[in-house]
Amino acid sequence: MSGSGSRLSFWIRTAQALLLAVAVCFSLGAADASARMDNLGHRLMCTCGCVQLLGECDHAGCPSRGEEMAELATGIQTGEADKDILNAFAAKYGATVLAAPRTEGFDLVAWIAPFAVFAAALLGTILLVRRWSGVAGMESRAVVRTQASQLNPEEQERRARIRRDTDTDGGL
Amino acid sequence: MATFGSFALLIALALAAYNLLAGAVALRLIATGQPARISPERLADTARRAGIAGFYAVTAAAFALVWSVFANDFSITYIVEHSNRALPGPYKFAALWSGQEGSLLLWAWLLGTYGFVLRLRHKTDVKLYAYAGAILAGVQVFFLLILNFAAPPFSIVKGGIPADGNGLNPLLQYPEMVIHPPMLYLGYVGFTVPFAFALGALMMRYPGEKWIHITRTWTMVTWLFLTCGIFLGMHWAYAVLGWGGYWGWDPVENASFMPWLTGTAFLHSVMMQERRGMMKSWNVWLIFSTFLLTLLGTLLTRAGLVSSVHAFAQSSIGTWFMVFMGIVLAVCIFTYIYQRGHLKTEHHFESLVSRESSFLFNNLVLLTACFIILWGTLFPILSEYVEGTKVTVGAPFYNRVAIPIGLFLLFLTGVGPLLPWRATSFKSVQRNFVIPVIALWATVIVCLVAGVKPWANGEFSSGSFFSLVAFSVGAGVLTAILSEFLRGAAVISKQTGRNLASAMVLLTRRNTRRYGGYIVHIGLVIVVAGLAGAAFNRNVESEMGVHDQMHIGPYTLVCTGFTQDSNANYDSEYALLDVKRDGKTLFQMTPEKRAYHLGGGDQPQTMVAIHSVPGWDLYVVYEGTNPDTGQPIVKAFLNPLVSWIWAGVLVMVLGTFVALAPSINPATAALRAPAPRAVTTEAVLKGGHS
Repeated sequence: MSGSGSRLSFWIRTAQALLLAVAVCFSLGAADASARMDNLGHRLMCTCGCVQLLGECDHAGCPSRGEEMAELATGIQTGEADKDILNAFAAKYGATVLAAPRTEGFDLVAWIAPFAVFAAALLGTILLVRRWSGVAGMESRAVVRTQASQLNPEEQERRARIRRDTDTDGGL
Repeated sequence: MATFGSFALLIALALAAYNLLAGAVALRLIATGQPARISPERLADTARRAGIAGFYAVTAAAFALVWSVFANDFSITYIVEHSNRALPGPYKFAALWSGQEGSLLLWAWLLGTYGFVLRLRHKTDVKLYAYAGAILAGVQVFFLLILNFAAPPFSIVKGGIPADGNGLNPLLQYPEMVIHPPMLYLGYVGFTVPFAFALGALMMRYPGEKWIHITRTWTMVTWLFLTCGIFLGMHWAYAVLGWGGYWGWDPVENASFMPWLTGTAFLHSVMMQERRGMMKSWNVWLIFSTFLLTLLGTLLTRAGLVSSVHAFAQSSIGTWFMVFMGIVLAVCIFTYIYQRGHLKTEHHFESLVSRESSFLFNNLVLLTACFIILWGTLFPILSEYVEGTKVTVGAPFYNRVAIPIGLFLLFLTGVGPLLPWRATSFKSVQRNFVIPVIALWATVIVCLVAGVKPWANGEFSSGSFFSLVAFSVGAGVLTAILSEFLRGAAVISKQTGRNLASAMVLLTRRNTRRYGGYIVHIGLVIVVAGLAGAAFNRNVESEMGVHDQMHIGPYTLVCTGFTQDSNANYDSEYALLDVKRDGKTLFQMTPEKRAYHLGGGDQPQTMVAIHSVPGWDLYVVYEGTNPDTGQPIVKAFLNPLVSWIWAGVLVMVLGTFVALAPSINPATAALRAPAPRAVTTEAVLKGGHS
């Protein structure tokens, strides 16, 4: 086997070993039992007007937090799905009780737009750079052809050697 | 003093208007070469001097307001609303920016100060500075118009003069509020300067990129102030608001973050213009956008367009800001269209994988992040317009949408510096990236073994997943940056015989901009690691009587009693908590509940007790008493890695200072390098050195 082939297989084996190690580690461990209450508490707003998440509302004597937390606990105890609990809250307190837009109707636009913009910008940038690099490549090739035709073989060899010697990357 | 202050503001307005008009006429005469009765150069100089005089006038107005606060002059409405006799001295000073009118006066004064420094340095490039000075005067006219006609800080109370004022909002009575707003405003206002230079350079078709060199220091200093302002605000929120967090994605917080993102994008992409004459239009629009976003931030703060915890600053001057933003945008668009031929790029991208492309992608990500935050901030208004119902766009939205983008940006922070300019080869990618990639995957494994698991009991935890990615990518980035330092230092060490640490210092001093930037990136990685720790926050809340206990993490909190204190400004009640670990008492924490005597009533305020160690913060809030049971309520948080955030910011500040310092000339550096060891005759004969 050639040197480059054995190096390639080494890297493939290393990557496989890393992925296996990660998969094993992912499968270990246990979760916190009250995670659902905590999770939903951070997806709802406190309705007292403090503009805080329900799970983070921190003022003693809050007129809303206790009632909302009790409703949340009841929903979880009766086995309702997260979506149903959130819908019940929205029906009772209005859409502003949800800490984030829903993933349906017009609210879905809130979620899609950022990723759509990012994807469009990313694609546009890649296409633009490829187009520009094509233009730059043609320009530099034209310059090189013009210059090369005016150089003698010795000079061409000297330039090639310098290019090889100074092919250091990095640096601003 | 109120009359003096009002007149000072009127005079400042007249001077700023003269600076703008005379400056514009003079520059027009110079540009067209038309004959005039007065020399255009002299006219431009009178405009500049008017700008300097305007600074003194605004300073006099600011002084008048501060003096009135300290003198308890309750004939002035602003003083009645934002101060009282019992207010401690430093907070009386802070009253200058704790209300609408005062904060606008602070804005005008800082703008005047920036303009003052700029006009004193006009000999650097007289014409460019004249353009920039006139544009700054235009912005100043806007703020002084508001201060004179829409939000006058020296308006007199109607009826009798009250014996005492309403006092300062308790939330603002915290040491950081004395420095956080001025820092933030220094950042906001400071971006007017690069904006003025960019617009001026475009208007006059300034040849070359010298304007960028001139504005670089201004932009970096401004960026530094904004960075410090944002993080001081985070620390204030953490220490005062008592909810255990530091960033709530509040619209006003978002408003400060957006210009920071575009300003950061500008600082990166401007390097391409300096080095390769690329991205000229892009850079001009980045700085235009940054300035417009500072205005938008102020508009959101003042106009009450969106719900915010910063409601104390709402008012009706939003219309003024909207009109001004419209004018600024129109001027920018007109100037750009009229002069866009001047912004033709000198080079094109040569490869998709190069330093230039990495800057472009960095800009793309920063601007996407800015768009996401703007979108989330304004979506409630859009939703109300389209559907008739307002929705809340809070932390869950930003955490899901903005964090992945942020992590991609962190990734680019590591990748960018490793790519060469113009183009790169697979060989160099392989050489530069192997060690960082190994560090990344090693960190993934270490984190998983240590318990940072995105899946547990079959449920996916996005917080843990993002933390895992943040720690791993952060480790990769850190390794990449450190390997850059080590590579350069090794070469210098070989050349000069210095040890590696000394070589690293010399390397940094030779190219402060580059290595200062790397230090900023290291700081950013530390900050991100600190932020990632939030996924593992824990809290416990319970009613606590004397001798009751509470357990959180490795600590046991034992209530030993409650005590009270009182002064003219507030009454306070402390919970005395002994903190134990393994049965041994380590220290005592005293979270506090205050009742400020304001406006004839009491306003409650918590004062959090924080014990910070590198691994976590023990954060305890005394929430007061349960109205139903009469029992005191204590809430404790264990927040991992919070201190890393503040440490990371200090590293970022250090890096910015390094980047601002001038580089030493390599020739000079060589002279300062230790002399090589003497060459012996024997060594020469052997063909080497001893």
